[in-house]
Amino acid sequence: MEMPQPNSEILSKKAKIAAALRAVLPYDAVIDDPSETRAYECDALTAYRCPPMIAVLPSTTQEVSDILKICHREGVPVVPRGSGTSLAGGALPTADCVILGVAKMNNVLETDYENRLIRVQSGRTNLSVSGAVEEEDFFYAPDPSSQLACAIAGNIAMNSGGAHCLKYGVTTNNLMGVTLVMMDGEIVEIGGGYLDAPGLDILGVICGSEGQLGVVTEATLRILPKPEGARPVMIAFDSNEVAGACVADIIKAGVLPVAIEFMDRPIIEICESFAKAGYPDCEALLIVEVEGSEAEIQDQLGRISVIAQKHNPVELRQSQSAAESAAIWLGRKSAFGAVGQVADYMCLDGTIPVSALPEVLRRIKELSDHYGLRVGNVFHAGDGNMHPLIMFNANKEGDLELCEAMGADVLRLCVEVGGCLTGEHGVGIEKRDLMEDQYTAEDLEIQMAVKDVFDPGWLLNPSKVFPLSVSQSRRAS
Amino acid sequence: MSDRLNPESEAALVAALRETAEPLQIMGGGTRPIGNIAPAKILSTSRLQGITLYEPGAMTLVAKSGTTIEEIETILTAEKQRLAFEPMDHRAILRTSGHPTLGGVIAANVSGPRRIQVGAARDFALGVTFVDGTGQVLSNGGRVMKNVTGYDLVKLMSGSWGTLGVLTEVALKVLPIAETQATLNVHVATWADAVACMSAALGTPFDVSGAATVQAEDGGFDSLIRVEGFETSVQYRVTELTKRLAKFGAVDVVHDPWAEVKDLGAWAALDTVWRISLRPTDSLKLIALMQELNQERGFHCQLDWGGGLIWLGLEAVQIADAQAGLALHHALQTFVAQLGGHATLLTSDLLRDQELCHFQPLGPAIERVSQTLREKFDPRGILNPGRMS
Repeated sequence: MEMPQPNSEILSKKAKIAAALRAVLPYDAVIDDPSETRAYECDALTAYRCPPMIAVLPSTTQEVSDILKICHREGVPVVPRGSGTSLAGGALPTADCVILGVAKMNNVLETDYENRLIRVQSGRTNLSVSGAVEEEDFFYAPDPSSQLACAIAGNIAMNSGGAHCLKYGVTTNNLMGVTLVMMDGEIVEIGGGYLDAPGLDILGVICGSEGQLGVVTEATLRILPKPEGARPVMIAFDSNEVAGACVADIIKAGVLPVAIEFMDRPIIEICESFAKAGYPDCEALLIVEVEGSEAEIQDQLGRISVIAQKHNPVELRQSQSAAESAAIWLGRKSAFGAVGQVADYMCLDGTIPVSALPEVLRRIKELSDHYGLRVGNVFHAGDGNMHPLIMFNANKEGDLELCEAMGADVLRLCVEVGGCLTGEHGVGIEKRDLMEDQYTAEDLEIQMAVKDVFDPGWLLNPSKVFPLSVSQSRRAS
Repeated sequence: MSDRLNPESEAALVAALRETAEPLQIMGGGTRPIGNIAPAKILSTSRLQGITLYEPGAMTLVAKSGTTIEEIETILTAEKQRLAFEPMDHRAILRTSGHPTLGGVIAANVSGPRRIQVGAARDFALGVTFVDGTGQVLSNGGRVMKNVTGYDLVKLMSGSWGTLGVLTEVALKVLPIAETQATLNVHVATWADAVACMSAALGTPFDVSGAATVQAEDGGFDSLIRVEGFETSVQYRVTELTKRLAKFGAVDVVHDPWAEVKDLGAWAALDTVWRISLRPTDSLKLIALMQELNQERGFHCQLDWGGGLIWLGLEAVQIADAQAGLALHHALQTFVAQLGGHATLLTSDLLRDQELCHFQPLGPAIERVSQTLREKFDPRGILNPGRMS
């Protein structure tokens, strides 16, 4: 993956910049020793690493503003970082950048149950937002797999989703307002405790902009009362096509589960040998979860079972207890870890129209055969958000490149059938060079024009999202 | 007609925009003349017609922007699906005719009572194609449920009132129609009780899909709480909610009132109407302000979204003159700015010729960003110039 050459002029000013940052931050909030900046050299896309010039860890919005003013004045690129869990390289540094980490900013600023909202500093982790409102039986709905570690700042940057967004939506549907610090240091409030925008929906553009428009320091989030209960049913099929048809029928029948998860044979086998969840021997497995009171759960699971039976499942196991629910989810939840035990892997997240599911799975299999790399599919079937895991051997010369080439082909396939490159992980550096497969030059130009408005000097996370050749003239200016 | 452009295709729309040098008023069905509308040649999208894709199993519908909401709802109903954000029909309150279009609903981000549960029009827009002010055809988003590929310009276009581009096609997420609905009417004594009652209902796990309050004839208030779903589930939740809400007032199950709540049909004869979005409990402060400012002449008020959406209305006899109306408008927008929120003047015969900001004035930074964005999308300033002021 190509990254721009570091700017030697900036590197030569390192001491001066560090001193300027120390003048506005506590001493230990500025990290410039190369042995310590290494801790920020990558995010969860660990194949790519580059220690930043300096890392800063502010505690307040004002400190973020002071940092950005200095970087703006000195022309230093800034890479914002939440918890560093991006799978797309969204927080990958360049050697001449300042990494701005919000990890210290993790306070709850306000909880308002009457109005069903919480205001937090953006470094707070996703799960601890729910944790903060748990005692009143509320929760924050978006639930990315990394929710134990990932920060709200990163969730907003990538517009993160999760298994339960079929019912509750993704980050943008649950975000009410932000405090945003612009690259020149100006602090702006957008949205708040009320719904919808007074003018243009600037909040809607900030969410998912991968830290390229400003640094979000605080967020107002919608919280919801917890459902009375939730329970899954596991349905096994002898073909991907039939499982896909069953998903469509469930949706058409008007049952709207909170989650419909799909696993194919390679994943089922790997998960079973890893987690011993008791999954049957089958080609495709659905886990469908519903919520409500005990009677409502029984009613919905009954309806789903009736639909599934028409497709002659190999097995249908309706959870009758918390222990059985946990067993059904065990394999799915340990999927990534289980695959990690048997191979290195690359996790894609292209989204496709649900109707294209059988075709896409068949063609992924063909690509797998062509490249000689194993692939497992585990994904959110209700909304078509695929997660093909391409397995490779990082120690084998050329295998990573082979895997990346295959990944690109899979994502082009997603676009070809009417889908997109990324459903919830973001573009980062990983899918940057594929953007021209989804968008025309004009479509990309208008997106870059939006960045021009917020960050005319292209200092915020500049070498992400857009192909380097496309953003070249802007980054150089 | 020379005073109206009505292109029959996207290509013709592109040609029309490229040839035009003068400002244009972008119009779908023409049912929502909201905002600051300068006299200009009309560019209508009404001939950009047709549903281009509908996959019920994928909950996705794609249609040309001039397609009427009526046509979309007809085809959805046949598959037992719907536009879950329940777009308001403004024809009664704005005394307009014509047919609301998909493009208009998205351009104005029009939602209804269910917005509190499922989200706004902008949350259901999956993708847009539009022509910008230079005549370029641009697309963003797509037709899949989850998409974070590049910036989310779908949100930016939603609610931009045609000032950034002319929508030609929109992809929507649709949802199943619930098997049944039930609405509780909790008869409360005060606005404060109404907001507390709606808050309590929305704070339960019973998936409330509507929480509105209307003024009752006896001087009290009817807080309307809706639940939807399968029959047995709805019955269960009605029972549970009745138990929990009884402390606020007498609870009855009433006939479906939501079309009236959504479209404000009973307000058609009012002279002036404001639409205000606030943190729900702040609605009480706003009502107190109105009571102070217009106590003698009175006013109409309806709450939706658990109190977060406030409709204020005045009959012609409830305002002394244009000067008084203008003062009231400024007082409302100033107060709302302090609380955090927005107030829009939807319609007013009395204030028709007054210079005022129909939409809530923005803070300086956001105003600057908004203007610069418009310059990028429409460098000649020909698309609905000044509409959102």
